[in-house]
Amino acid sequence: MDSAVQTINNLTIGFTSQKGKQISILKNISTTIKKGETVGIVGESGSGKSTLALAMMGYVKHGLYTISGECLFHSNNLLKMKNKDLENIRGRKIAMIPQNAGQSLTPNLKIGYQIDEALKLHTDLKKEERDKKISGLLNKVRLPSPEIMAQRYPHELSGGQQQRVAVAMALAGNPELLLLDEPTTGLDVTTQAHVLELLNFIAKDTGTSMVYVSHDLGAIAQVSDRVIVMYSGEIVLDGPVRSILKNPIHPYTFGLLKSIPKLTSPGLPDSMSGSQPQPGTIKTGCSFYERCNLAEDNCKNNSPTLEYIDGLNTSVRCFKYKELINVKETNLDTVKSINNHVLQNEILDISKVSISYAKQKFIDQLLNKIDDSNPTVQDINININKGETLALVGESGSGKSTILKSIAGLLKTKDGMIKFDKDKVLSNDLKMRDPGFLRAIQLIFQNPDESLNPNHTVEEIVSQPLRLYFGLKGDELKQKIIEVLEKVRLGEFYLTRYPRQLSGGEKQRVAVARAFAAKPDIILCDEVTSALDVSVQAAVLNLLQELKEDFGTTYIFVSHDLAVVRAISDRVAVLYQGRLCEIGPSKNVYQLPSHPYTEVLLGAVLEPDPDLKPKLVAEDIVEEKPPEKGCSFQGRCPRILGDICKNEVPPWQIGENGNSIRCHIKVEDLKKQQNIN
Amino acid sequence: MTKKKEKQKNTFEKICEVIKTMASKPSGLIGLTILIFHVILAITSPLYVPYDYKAIDPTLMLTPPSSEFWFGTDSLGRDVFTRTILGGRTALTVTFFGSLIALLWGGALGIFCGLVGGKIDDVVMRIIDAFLSIPWILAMLLIVSLLGTTTLVLIPALGFFYGKGIVRVARAATHDVIAKDFIVSARARGHSNLSIIWNEILPNVRDAIMVEGAMRWSWMLLGFSSLSFLGFGVSPPTPDWGLMISNARGLMSFAYWAVLAPIFGLSSLIIGINLTADAFAKALGIDRSTKAPV
Repeated sequence: MDSAVQTINNLTIGFTSQKGKQISILKNISTTIKKGETVGIVGESGSGKSTLALAMMGYVKHGLYTISGECLFHSNNLLKMKNKDLENIRGRKIAMIPQNAGQSLTPNLKIGYQIDEALKLHTDLKKEERDKKISGLLNKVRLPSPEIMAQRYPHELSGGQQQRVAVAMALAGNPELLLLDEPTTGLDVTTQAHVLELLNFIAKDTGTSMVYVSHDLGAIAQVSDRVIVMYSGEIVLDGPVRSILKNPIHPYTFGLLKSIPKLTSPGLPDSMSGSQPQPGTIKTGCSFYERCNLAEDNCKNNSPTLEYIDGLNTSVRCFKYKELINVKETNLDTVKSINNHVLQNEILDISKVSISYAKQKFIDQLLNKIDDSNPTVQDINININKGETLALVGESGSGKSTILKSIAGLLKTKDGMIKFDKDKVLSNDLKMRDPGFLRAIQLIFQNPDESLNPNHTVEEIVSQPLRLYFGLKGDELKQKIIEVLEKVRLGEFYLTRYPRQLSGGEKQRVAVARAFAAKPDIILCDEVTSALDVSVQAAVLNLLQELKEDFGTTYIFVSHDLAVVRAISDRVAVLYQGRLCEIGPSKNVYQLPSHPYTEVLLGAVLEPDPDLKPKLVAEDIVEEKPPEKGCSFQGRCPRILGDICKNEVPPWQIGENGNSIRCHIKVEDLKKQQNIN
Repeated sequence: MTKKKEKQKNTFEKICEVIKTMASKPSGLIGLTILIFHVILAITSPLYVPYDYKAIDPTLMLTPPSSEFWFGTDSLGRDVFTRTILGGRTALTVTFFGSLIALLWGGALGIFCGLVGGKIDDVVMRIIDAFLSIPWILAMLLIVSLLGTTTLVLIPALGFFYGKGIVRVARAATHDVIAKDFIVSARARGHSNLSIIWNEILPNVRDAIMVEGAMRWSWMLLGFSSLSFLGFGVSPPTPDWGLMISNARGLMSFAYWAVLAPIFGLSSLIIGINLTADAFAKALGIDRSTKAPV
């Protein structure tokens, strides 16, 4: 059991910059992957974790090269091997599962054929044996009815099923080492929990060693035996999962864990200041020096080495780790609770709104009517008070972004009405809306790379709403831009920068500044933190909360991350297939008894704690269209009653904690059932 | 005011940087040198041509190249060297302004179609497709024979026919950015279509359209010379490469110099423009990748 599968010795990988300087991406990496072990590599974007995973396959990206060190797979140095010899190892002995299975499967070949190809390449089985093996593999990754599945094309499968097929293909060659590069990052919460559970099962069942690369400590906690924390191309912490996640002795890991919002300790998490240094900028000293609370002069001048601590079985790269050894784990949970000043003053009233993506027929187009009996979003009734933060939660396809778009006027509603400030009806057509209403409702998007014009400077970006709504010009405009930027903690020197010269967090700050420049009453936040690193996410959440407290702005916050929603919202609305399931004050919604779908979602949340396992109560297959009649959640509901759920739309009930639940099951019965389990 | 100056300075620096990048590769350097050489020649040549380009001398008919007549003389005894270095003037002027017109209307229509989409886009694009299916040279011949061969007819006519292709490129480039959130964001703020085109789309599609325009320029040059060759471009005795080739081609077997010189002029200019356009495209592309954070 203890023999090493892969040994990496002093590996340094880098590139030569345009000025001819050698810059390292990975610095002196040494580690060993043992047989049957699952190692989690965690780090924020730019920490070099993917480069390390690729090097483990003997692959170095174009432009990069090995500066020193070796990567031994059973005493063969992969980085010096010829391509022909590598072919025998890749796929057969070491397999890789990529992040986005939807893109790594060939779209015009059937699933069965693609697995067969992998089998042909890596085994000497005959046709009949291979067919059997395909079914066996699909069975192993728990895909229903393997024979039918093998005949399908990738686009006919859901995201989770595609990821399972990718796992099956990787297992085709019976690899000794499985490399997983963010395998669950693009997946829904419940799907993610299911895939992780499957990976755990496979690791145990086949005894394969796994290297699991992820930025998500929650996922790492569920699968790994050992965790390697990377920062700026170096290993800063390496040890057993429990000691690392429960008592991190490196200040970076400590800060990282603190900045993750958790269901167990609701409230805004602490954020780390600063950002990871760019490769090549650190010359002497610890790479974490600038962001470290414990740093002293010694850290600035001398680089710490990776030191092995016997008692903890952990290696750490820090001079001051002793100060953290005795810190109790409860200290990790220092969070600020949010305190919103909510006025009992309705600012937005969404009543009976339905939205359809159906293509209009010609005659309907003339009559300006949408004919769709089963619209994507149906019967949404939500009131939002001034100063409140309302969160819309649901998996992909739940219609949460669709609702945001129609509030912003970007999508026409089919039925229903959206009223602003009690009695002012918002027009369905963006062009017909009063400019005052357009100013009052601003959007912040998920990905700042997409929402900021790459050819505009920060000044131009922030000036857009100021010029449009307030007609500012010249010095007055510039003054105002600087003022707005200061509010999001960006200095004056950012004015001339282009988005590509900013880090992810800075870009999102610019997007926030642009939204606040319009002095809006309502800000619609569409997954604003999901493209960001954990420590940056905490900073952006804190910033949003501070700005809200200053201006009394109302937020409608869309997210798939239940922990983030718990941290920032006053009220939560849970959506499934474009229908409301549950709505209420967030602390109540997050408490059982709740709607069965909320229960499923809460069960699937991954906490960065190896002792809190997700509860999988329902299948993770999402229907493509909402059901024609009855309850929207009937297809996956673990507590389905029978025909009544399939035929009748469930009624609203007031739950025990003041939350409204839309379910046929009586609240008392839900309470009993959910407490038993 | 200072802001405007700053912006101008920025743009100037940007242009310098792009030209520097273009010249850093041999192909770009060669292309730029040829192009600049031709442009300078076209502007200054009337000042130092050795002979009058119109002067006919029957006694000097088809003289081979000599120290007196560097490229020999043509069938009417005119100096081929004089006519060759003057021969690019009309072609360059007409095609330069022609491609400018093509760039403007093609780019504007393409961006507009890409932005509004839907029925309008469908109809306009089908009309463009229909025009694309007509052999341009036939249509040009028709226009020129109806309206005459003055430059005032040729420039807009060429500009129109070579703009059709730019419409497609501009539309495709617009489609790339139209789905991005910053356009959605501008729409949600309530900006007008014109403001969205000017502020949000144009900076992102400008490069693609400009490179396409540069490519069109070389094709238009070839097209214009073909027209002259057929006798529908410039009218004699104005020196023009296409016309010179046309006049001398019958005598090619014994007076090769009269054909070779204009051919050399025309092809070197086209190669120069092509190489420059290529380097330009690469410079704009590379420009981005080196500036992106590592």
